[in-house]
Amino acid sequence: MLTLLVVLPLVLAVVSVFCPWHRFRSWLLPTAGALHLALACRLVMDQHHAARPGAWIGLDPLSTLVLLVTSLLFLGCAVYAVEYLEIRRERGNRIMVPCLLVFLSAMTLAVLARHLGLLWFAVESTTIASAPLIFYNRNALSIEATWKYLLICSVGIALALLGILFIGYAALGRGGPVSLQLDDLLRMGPQVQRPWLHMGFVFLLVGFGTKVGLAPLHTWKPDAYGEAPGLVGALLAGGLTSVAFLAVLRSVQIMGAAGDLEMARQALLGMGLLSLVLAAVCMVRQPDFKRMLAYSSVEHMGILAIGFGIGGLAAFGALLHLVNNALAKGCLFMTAGNIQRAFASKKMSMVRGAISVLPLSGGLFLAGFLAITGTPPFGPFLSEFTILRGIVDAERFGVMVLVLAALATVFIGMGATVLSATQGEPANAEVHYRDRFLLVGPPLFLMLVVLFLGVYIPPPLRHLLQSAVELLEATP
Amino acid sequence: MHGLSNLLLIMVILLNFFTLGSSRLGSCIRAVAIQGALLALLPVAAHGWSWHTLLLAGGAFAMKGVLIPWVLLRTIREVRIRREIEPLIGYIPTMMLGALITSGAFIFADYLPLLPEHHGDLFIPTSLTTLFVGFLLLMTRRKAITQVLGYLVLENGIFIFGILLAEAMPMMVEAGVLLDLLVGVFVMGIVMNQINREFSTLNTERLSALKG
Amino acid sequence: MLVGVLVHLALLLAFAPLMTGVINRTKAVFAGRRGAPLLQPYWDLGRLWRKGFVFSRTTTWVFLIGPVVGLVVPVLASLLLPFGALAAPVTFEGDLILFVYLLGLGRFFTVLAALDTGSSFEGMGAAREVTFSCLAEPTVFFAFVVLARLADRLSLNAMLGPHLATSWDTTGASLGLITVCLFVVLLAENSRIPFDDPNTHLELTMIHEVMVLDHSGPALGMILYGAALKLMVLGAIVVRLALPLETGWGWLDALVFLGGLLALAVLIGVIESTMARLRLTRIPQILIGTTLVTIFAVVLVLR
Repeated sequence: MLTLLVVLPLVLAVVSVFCPWHRFRSWLLPTAGALHLALACRLVMDQHHAARPGAWIGLDPLSTLVLLVTSLLFLGCAVYAVEYLEIRRERGNRIMVPCLLVFLSAMTLAVLARHLGLLWFAVESTTIASAPLIFYNRNALSIEATWKYLLICSVGIALALLGILFIGYAALGRGGPVSLQLDDLLRMGPQVQRPWLHMGFVFLLVGFGTKVGLAPLHTWKPDAYGEAPGLVGALLAGGLTSVAFLAVLRSVQIMGAAGDLEMARQALLGMGLLSLVLAAVCMVRQPDFKRMLAYSSVEHMGILAIGFGIGGLAAFGALLHLVNNALAKGCLFMTAGNIQRAFASKKMSMVRGAISVLPLSGGLFLAGFLAITGTPPFGPFLSEFTILRGIVDAERFGVMVLVLAALATVFIGMGATVLSATQGEPANAEVHYRDRFLLVGPPLFLMLVVLFLGVYIPPPLRHLLQSAVELLEATP
Repeated sequence: MHGLSNLLLIMVILLNFFTLGSSRLGSCIRAVAIQGALLALLPVAAHGWSWHTLLLAGGAFAMKGVLIPWVLLRTIREVRIRREIEPLIGYIPTMMLGALITSGAFIFADYLPLLPEHHGDLFIPTSLTTLFVGFLLLMTRRKAITQVLGYLVLENGIFIFGILLAEAMPMMVEAGVLLDLLVGVFVMGIVMNQINREFSTLNTERLSALKG
Repeated sequence: MLVGVLVHLALLLAFAPLMTGVINRTKAVFAGRRGAPLLQPYWDLGRLWRKGFVFSRTTTWVFLIGPVVGLVVPVLASLLLPFGALAAPVTFEGDLILFVYLLGLGRFFTVLAALDTGSSFEGMGAAREVTFSCLAEPTVFFAFVVLARLADRLSLNAMLGPHLATSWDTTGASLGLITVCLFVVLLAENSRIPFDDPNTHLELTMIHEVMVLDHSGPALGMILYGAALKLMVLGAIVVRLALPLETGWGWLDALVFLGGLLALAVLIGVIESTMARLRLTRIPQILIGTTLVTIFAVVLVLR
């Protein structure tokens, strides 16, 4: 059944390649999204699919969480894509649709993988499948963005492969056959050779960290997110980063099993703080609102890393934040795409008064900004607050001051851009583009989910988060 | 068998030097192709004959030695470039750096906590050297295609290390890794064609419009 | 000792011009010509010796001393080298330094003689010769470091001793690398294609030939003879490295050695027929490349 989750989008991708009708091809996307989400929900309800030890793919609380988030986000993006591809009919969807479906399949495989080699394969596949998506507009800027994305991420991922091999080497010569299966590695626990394990962890952090976009490996992010179509940006910022973060968390798990959790946490904390501060600096006076969203993604990956770096309650908060960030980013990128289309620009100097032109998209963009910067009553407020409480519990006051200062800077920097884009009178009254149901519905839905999560966390979700944290904190 | 793998590894290092010092893109691509083909022999040389090593060798040979170079050669034929014009650092300094890296890797490998059976053989120093030479190519060259070559050399370095763990890596995963590499290079080739069409050059310093 | 010296000198003086003949014949065969007789270089030397000296009025005694030193130096250097399994007649610890500097001395006087003419072409050739040889020298030194490390001795006779045969099994990689690099240096030092074209007649592109343009008669003969001797001396090292055979019978060893030299000459001929001359700017790159490869060989034997 789990295999079906990976194969289903692939089959539909093949269908879409051979299908001659534009409209039908577009509708394959929501079909795939809906089937994927339904199947994922069914599998999650069914307790039978919990990971069997030694299996190559399986579900544990961590992957369940990321799977549901990605699946939900993809469904939203897929519905949005139908209308989007209709507008961009001249560009065609012969490449877009199969690549999106393969991307979904690769992400799912990366989430389910319980073998480091398979995990690597899946994450590298996401890079390759998403490159044509960034390339969609086929102008000089998108070529540049695609090239940087491909090269930086491929090299980063190659380093992650080296890290995986180092971890394999750490387990070599300790009796018994070597396996890169996650359970086997966790069972080896403290018996592995420490120096190789540490080196492997560093390389994994650098490699998958490139994909996550942790500073100083984030350089591709603003370019790629800025030049990609809005829905691709949403998928990259919400889905791919979460998946890549899951890969980082797998390496943290291995470090934890070997009894070196503290070292892994320190590394995550350092990179997280750097990302947060760097992103905050870059967001102030950022004239391009899509690049601003990209830096916001860097910032939130930093917050996640800090949360996992502190551990305990903060890790719980970070997992919750992963969900909130993914959904809020989805909403923000999709509405940003709408605004960009209406004004034919993503520069602050050209975009004014988005709310009066596009009441729904503009309003949602503003709401998304409030949500992502941690304003109550949205979900990110709750999760960031939980992380901060975790930091206080751990008595890391220096970290707390830094985080609060950075968050305040981000709020001011983002606020300046977003408010000037949404409020006021449009400079150019000749805007023909109007909100359409399919282009506003998905972000609205995601925003409602984020709002809901800010008000109430359902007990099953709380339970899931709790058991995921336990997985992460497991020590020998 | 041991002597054979050492011989192969030394040739791999010499090809590193050649790639660093050559300005003709065609011969650089061929050098990387030969390097890939030599590496393909390594699993058999190191672990003896078995289905696993034979399949791995065949797959690696087909991908690294034949298909990927073919894609790259086709690309340079289409975009009609022959030479790397001006690298960021000259050829002789990069070769010197390469020699420094090689010596450094050999010295560094002696300090690594290796398993006793891997002490004194060339796998790990060669792997490190090739890895860093790949980085050097990536950083010092301006043409998009030489950067791809750098990425391939880097990947070759990782492959050498991977051979030590050949029994831990299941066949499926290795096939997947090689497939990803091929498709990745294929996509890079397409993007290079587009770069050439849009900018009429493959120099990546033209790709600097996105900032801030 | 005296017998050794005599055998060495006899082999060297008698055999060296034959190598030039073999190279020329190989090139002729590749070009589809019948070519000059194998012994033609001997006739050439004899003919030149019978001619008279012609000196330019601008030259001094330095102009004559160049060819003389150029002839004497390879002879002296050859005494430090074993010819195949025939031990070197003169040997002491550290003679490898003397060997390298003897070759340097010969080059120094050739360059001086070229500068002495006052011709701008010859000055250009001298500048190139000096540049390329100082790029080639480190390769020789690092190769000697490898050999000294393997033999744990500092004399050429011991370094090129009978242990080489077993060393090929244990450190074959390093030995292979330095053999190839020394062969490249041999081509560069003896002004062979791809570094220099001994047959070219365009002064702008020549290195060695342009320096000896003004020499004639016996002086030119000495230069040609000296060049042949130098080829054989450097060739002796390469052949010894590549063919470390010891049969135990003196005359058979000598035959193996001479056969090796002939094979080397054929190889040079093949390279000259199949390769084109390199651009001048590429030559330093190649020589530095060989230096780096020999450094790598040193790293391999030191670890």
